[in-house]
Amino acid sequence: MNFPILSSLILLPFIGALFLFFTKSKSENKITAKYVALFTSLVNFFLSIYLWFLFDQTTSAFQFVEDRIWIEGLINYKVGVDGISILFIILTAFITPLCIVSVNNSATKRLNEFLIAILVMETFMIGVFCSLDLVVFYLFFEAGLIPMFLIIGIWGGTRRVYSAFKFFLFTLLGSVLMLVAIISIYWITGTTDVVKLYELGIDTKYQNLLWLAFFSSFAVKTPMWPVHTWLPDAHVEAPTAGSVLLAAILLKMAGYGFIRFSLGLFPSASEVFTPLIYTLSVIAIIFTSLIALMQEDMKKLIAYSSVAHMGFVTLGIFTNQQQGIEGSIIQMISHGLVSAALFLCVGVVYDRMHSRLITTYGGIVTIIPKYAILFMIFTLAALGLPGTSGFVGEFLILMAAFKDNFLVAVLASLGVIIGAAYMLWLYKRVIFGKLINSDLKKMIDLNKSEAFMLICLAIPTLYFGFYPEPLINTIEVSISDLIDTYNFSVASKE
Amino acid sequence: MNNIELIFPEIFISLSIMFLLILGVFKKNSSKIIHNISLLVLLITSVITFNETFSVNPTTLFNQSIVVDYLSSFMKIITLITAFVVLLISSNYLRAFKIFKIEYPILVLSSVLGMMIMISSNDLIVFYMGLELQSLGLYVLATFNRNQLKSTEAGLKYFVLSALSSGLLLYGCSLIYGFTGSTNFDFISTQFSTSEYALTFGIVFVLVGLAFKISAVPFHMWAPDVYEGSPTSVTLFFTIVPKIAALTVFIRFLYVPFLNLIDQWQIILIFMSIASMLFGAIAAIGQKNLKRLIAYSSISHIGYALAGLATGSNDGIQSSVMYMTIYIIMNLGFFSCLLMMKRNNIYYEQIDDLSGLSKNHPLLSLSLLIILFSLAGIPPLAGFFAKFYIFKSVIEQSMYFLAIVGLLSTVVAAFYYLRIIKIMYFDEEKDSYDKDHSLWLKFSLTISTILILTYFIFPGELINVVSKINII
Repeated sequence: MNFPILSSLILLPFIGALFLFFTKSKSENKITAKYVALFTSLVNFFLSIYLWFLFDQTTSAFQFVEDRIWIEGLINYKVGVDGISILFIILTAFITPLCIVSVNNSATKRLNEFLIAILVMETFMIGVFCSLDLVVFYLFFEAGLIPMFLIIGIWGGTRRVYSAFKFFLFTLLGSVLMLVAIISIYWITGTTDVVKLYELGIDTKYQNLLWLAFFSSFAVKTPMWPVHTWLPDAHVEAPTAGSVLLAAILLKMAGYGFIRFSLGLFPSASEVFTPLIYTLSVIAIIFTSLIALMQEDMKKLIAYSSVAHMGFVTLGIFTNQQQGIEGSIIQMISHGLVSAALFLCVGVVYDRMHSRLITTYGGIVTIIPKYAILFMIFTLAALGLPGTSGFVGEFLILMAAFKDNFLVAVLASLGVIIGAAYMLWLYKRVIFGKLINSDLKKMIDLNKSEAFMLICLAIPTLYFGFYPEPLINTIEVSISDLIDTYNFSVASKE
Repeated sequence: MNNIELIFPEIFISLSIMFLLILGVFKKNSSKIIHNISLLVLLITSVITFNETFSVNPTTLFNQSIVVDYLSSFMKIITLITAFVVLLISSNYLRAFKIFKIEYPILVLSSVLGMMIMISSNDLIVFYMGLELQSLGLYVLATFNRNQLKSTEAGLKYFVLSALSSGLLLYGCSLIYGFTGSTNFDFISTQFSTSEYALTFGIVFVLVGLAFKISAVPFHMWAPDVYEGSPTSVTLFFTIVPKIAALTVFIRFLYVPFLNLIDQWQIILIFMSIASMLFGAIAAIGQKNLKRLIAYSSISHIGYALAGLATGSNDGIQSSVMYMTIYIIMNLGFFSCLLMMKRNNIYYEQIDDLSGLSKNHPLLSLSLLIILFSLAGIPPLAGFFAKFYIFKSVIEQSMYFLAIVGLLSTVVAAFYYLRIIKIMYFDEEKDSYDKDHSLWLKFSLTISTILILTYFIFPGELINVVSKINII
């Protein structure tokens, strides 16, 4: 217990990055740098698995808590996990090594710096999910902008500058209001410690404004319609590893924030604003699914599908029912795995053909069959076929939505159908059909590392699709406790 | 004379100036020696200040016209150390422009002396004397590279506008004297009735004069031209050192005699703060010259420092002082980078000259990256904490509008900092710059970068030092 396991999780990638930074001038050998980064992130992954192993599923209290005075009388460096956050930490620690494997040694300029950026990013992302102090949370939440800005801007595609700026300024604009809210909470309650705030509660007369301030930040990050426009740009221009990090983990920060802060700290305001979230979620699900249907760029299609999937997540969170929130978390984990895999799949064909346009491809099923199979699995998982993790999340969310609001649920279900349409149509146009483009014949099938990455992602996708118990067990107690507190404070207000 | 030791620093620095002047006259080619002795003088003065005055109780001297307290000691030490660093890193630049002359360090010393008097002043006349002493030094410094048209223009412009603002300031002083019968801060505070609206005019005129000195909007017009035209080493001096002194006077003038009139001046400060933050952020977007850009950026930063002052609380003053301290460190780092952009003895100062810097100079550009993100106020760098303290004290007084405008303008400001980063990191490279920089320049860049980067590990240290400032 005395071993500061969470701080180690946060600091380890950073130490790896420092190591890379100080050794870069000596070793010209690029492979070594990659192995160092991979090794660091793998150690971190095993550490996170060990954390899961130690984790006590029967309590909703925060575990592995470290509390140190940071700024006297103002901020404590406080970290800890509960059922809600632990899965995100494991997801982060799982995705990062895959990102590092996916980096193309020969084609990536400044490989060393790229690996440093990814590792620093991992530090910040784990920090976001661990922190139990609002200021510490904000620090990690915002700090992540720096490496991501550089990843998109330096290693991105042709319109990378525009996308990097859009990404940075959109998210920064969303977040500054959250900072005002955090400082206001400090003056209202005298603390920014999340655990203490859960106990104290925040006066209902302040909650609505504070909720909106947090919402402005999370809505941009989620991203929710209508502030989602940065996401397709950022995704399309980012390098594969960047897109994977962005889709798999960065978007989850906001979903996590909604559960931890919006529901946890401002229950009565959440109650007030639920219709707003419902409306925006339904618009996101249907509208962006329709947009996705019309995309010609594969990455853009997947980016829009991410917006739609995150629409389900926000919908599920604000149903404020056991199944809804569980479903949202599972949907986020599943989307983390599946979107990461889909971006990797696009990356695979992009490395060979240097085109992301759907029309470039077609009829490649006979040329690269292994790829076709794995791509199939992830396509089906993205559209939520039973037996994949995508199904579990969507199903639970819709179930909760039906209990709460019939119309919203029906509209959301419509989104599922459109979702199936665009994913299957994408698959059909890329993999099946007539082989027209003769250049495609030269394509080679997955090499070892690509196959390894995709299989690594396919296993949990299928496993949790058939047997989601481990996930649900982990989050169950924390969520039911959260809902109890929520209902209690909403009821006491009335 | 009791407590004469409290002004030993000022006495020592005045005697040194006289000695150096005589030395400069009688010894040929003495510019190098005088430069080094001046550095030593600054260092010794800061040690004396630390030893003699840092831990004494607030004391007034000379019929209460000079005050020595924690605020004055702290600000004096910061002024001296910054002036030391500025002088230290500018010697190569001065040599390159053939302006490495004896007058330069002596002028710096005399304007530092003026600032120290300003910082300690507890009387309108003493304050004005200090102000003029420092300004006279600065006028000459601005035009120091007299062979260049722009430098001469900068000096002239600064002189004319500054004289105008001094006139306004004196007019304000005379109004205050007329309505209270005294020029002493302590005495004034007991002498007026708060219903005296004419007094407000006096305050406003003095504020105008002070706002000019720290280049707060709407009295900022001189700053971009003067910053661009002056030699870079002088620009560095301009952006940092006079502001420390002027901010101290701001604090003392508003909070010692006129705290009761806070309703009158608070709204002025809020306006200046908001206008500076927004204007600085928006106007910097179109700039092509790095020195002009940093001029607008410093206008915007002064806006944040003023926001802290507008709160009317001790917390606010402390946060402003903290903001200035961190701002100084960031600016020293930024200008160290600027002074390193040299190729064959030509210094470059356009933003485009940074293009692709990251390929040829990875460490330099990484430092600049960190400094720029910090200037933009992105966590976990020091610049974020500086803003955090400001907004913490602003929100404590429920001034939400000020806080929200301030934070939104950081987003606008982030755009132009990002643009520099974009040019450094995303664009194609140009020829590389010289790599044989003086040791001190590298040293100052490294130290400031490390301080900015690791500030979040020891945030308490600075707070502990600053939290002893107690004016109200």
